[in-house]
Amino acid sequence: MPRTALIVDDSASIREMVAFTLREAGFVVLEGIHGADALQKLGDQRADLIITDLNMPVMDGLTFIRHVRSRPNSKYTPVLMLTTESQLEKKQQAKAAGATGWIVKPFHPAKLLEVIAKVLP
Amino acid sequence: MEFDISRFRDTFFQEADEHLAEMESGLLQLEGHPDPEILNAVFRGAHSIKGASGTFGFEDVAHFTHAMESLLDGMRSGALEPSAERVGLLLTSLDMLRRLLDAAKSGAAAPPEAARAAELLLVAQRAGDYRPDVPVKVRAQDRGPAHWLVRFAPSEEILRQGMDPVLVLRELGRLGEVVKVEADLSELPALASLAPDQCYLAWSVELESEATEAEIRDVFAFVEDGAKIEIRRNTGQELPAPRARALPGAESGTIRVATGKVDKLIDLVGELIISQSMASQVLAAFQPSDLGRLQETFAEVERYTRELQERLMRVRMLPIGNAFSRFPRLIRDLAAATGKQAGLRIEGEETELDKSVVERMADPLTHLVRNAIDHGIESPEERVAAGKPPVGTIGLKARHQGGSVVLEVSDDGRGLDRDRILAKARVKGLAAEGENPADEQIFSYIFEPGFSTAATVSDISGRGVGLDVVKKSVDGLNGAIGIQSEPGRGVIFRIQLPLTLAILDGLLLRVGGQRFVLPLASIMESIAPRKEQLRQVGGSGEVIVLRGEPLPLVRLNRLFQIEPEEGSAAGGLAVIVEHRGKRIALLVDELLGQQQVVIKSLETNFRKVDGAAGATILGDGQPALILDVAAITEMARNSS
Repeated sequence: MPRTALIVDDSASIREMVAFTLREAGFVVLEGIHGADALQKLGDQRADLIITDLNMPVMDGLTFIRHVRSRPNSKYTPVLMLTTESQLEKKQQAKAAGATGWIVKPFHPAKLLEVIAKVLP
Repeated sequence: MEFDISRFRDTFFQEADEHLAEMESGLLQLEGHPDPEILNAVFRGAHSIKGASGTFGFEDVAHFTHAMESLLDGMRSGALEPSAERVGLLLTSLDMLRRLLDAAKSGAAAPPEAARAAELLLVAQRAGDYRPDVPVKVRAQDRGPAHWLVRFAPSEEILRQGMDPVLVLRELGRLGEVVKVEADLSELPALASLAPDQCYLAWSVELESEATEAEIRDVFAFVEDGAKIEIRRNTGQELPAPRARALPGAESGTIRVATGKVDKLIDLVGELIISQSMASQVLAAFQPSDLGRLQETFAEVERYTRELQERLMRVRMLPIGNAFSRFPRLIRDLAAATGKQAGLRIEGEETELDKSVVERMADPLTHLVRNAIDHGIESPEERVAAGKPPVGTIGLKARHQGGSVVLEVSDDGRGLDRDRILAKARVKGLAAEGENPADEQIFSYIFEPGFSTAATVSDISGRGVGLDVVKKSVDGLNGAIGIQSEPGRGVIFRIQLPLTLAILDGLLLRVGGQRFVLPLASIMESIAPRKEQLRQVGGSGEVIVLRGEPLPLVRLNRLFQIEPEEGSAAGGLAVIVEHRGKRIALLVDELLGQQQVVIKSLETNFRKVDGAAGATILGDGQPALILDVAAITEMARNSS
């Protein structure tokens, strides 16, 4: 069974690139343009991997991660956040909220797959 | 898989245009109306463009938006005023950004003015922090094949953060060859109190790798928060004992305390504060008739302080079972490796001991257990031939005895070969020819450095560390170790340890104008020597003859350079102390009484003092040195 990944970012270009990379790697990909949208798209499906931006309108990444962690079917799902080097404090907050790891922007698709290998068996 | 990033570029430029328009309208609204919501939206725009442009390879755009973003971030966080000048600068920067994007789209070079514009943005946010990436240089000597010891005790939260610790170990394996992985199960609670999504395990990994320490550490980037990660390069040829954790002085710095214990401490502190304020009240309007109340209050303070001390000590107490828990597995593995059969019998694992004592005993106990299987327990055939059950028994026992804890490691194996040890001791010059010491004395020879009667050095216990290391560890904890053995019946190693390292039962004594504390456990007796008992030997040596035996005499006033007391030439008292079976006499002026003292490190607070193991603060606030009987005995024995 193919694995499911959810990418959440308000930037369409980043979303498209991540989604493309993930599909190439064999994932079924769901996309959300912000936290609330992503939660809705996810519904009661189980995702094997979630990648989320932090700065987003409507529902930001931190709040989204907290929601994800409070849902039984995504309680232990690896959640990677997209950050920039300067967002140290944000990174820590996201970790505390339950994020598994991070990908520092800018990144190359190959780097993305490298980081995913760190958190997915 | 080949990635053609360019196919997403059109989306990026379209998106950037949208962001630019939004940012522009936001900035225009901001002029005169610093609305945090709008500021946030503008910031998000810059942030998005920065992230995406870097990803699609437009470094100039990314660099420039970074400067804009930093300024906006400073304004957003309140560190920088959203003044008209700053908003104006951002608006002109927006125009520059548009030009940069156009250049990127057409593949042209960035307009030369961009660098200057970015500089202006940086100047405008003196408080902001702009940190370009500095590549970390790898020194040549850091690289090269090496043997690494990595210990990883993840945060309890790791599973709840969606991470499987096994993945971390697997990634570590990608850096080189994993020689050995050992899981530490000692923190694993009983099944009933086990939280299924909490991580209790820790791992020790031996890794052969060419990676640098930074590269190894990088594996743990996602999991280092709340974790304990030790990475050590193993330089020696010898492999250390499997658990890196219990190396001397490497005891872990944290302690888990039941909240009940902490609550009780807080209660006690509360009581102390009440007593103290009562005392202040009485003192504020003191009448001689209040003396009784004041005394009562002080009696309370004294009681609470004592209780506080006792309970605080108990916070550091751990059940010795923590150190025992590794043995069932160890014994099974060792027995399998030697073709022997052995079972384990544990008693008293709930006995509590000071945390650092428990941690520092883990390795010595392991050593004794290894020895027991390797040298003590016989092969099943041998055992049956001797009329014993084929399966040997290793015993681990702990119990309280007075103010100390007694640990016993026993086996029902072949026992110690008294004659062989004695013969070896004679060869080594430890025992004189013709002398026939008591069993206990003979057995104690096996604690001497380099003393081994094993015909061949086995894989298991022959790692170059002998029983002398065990003995040293026990001594280091102010403990004592003894052996009991009967041929064919087995061996019992009995280790006596103080409950805690922080408090010492001592004898307070006076030398001239100074007071010292002598550990009570080392004192044999004290006598008032007669003049004829004292004799000069050699040049400066002095002995005291006690029941026909000459004992080296140490005058503490000379050792610590204290003015001798008037007329104390012959007077004074000799306290006979023993260390590792060797006795010496310490000459002091007066014994002041028995006292529990709190040990303070001299090296941490002052500097090392020869002959002193530490210091303490006495009841009257004056400091006193705690005598190091081991060191003084060595000094006296070596000089005489």
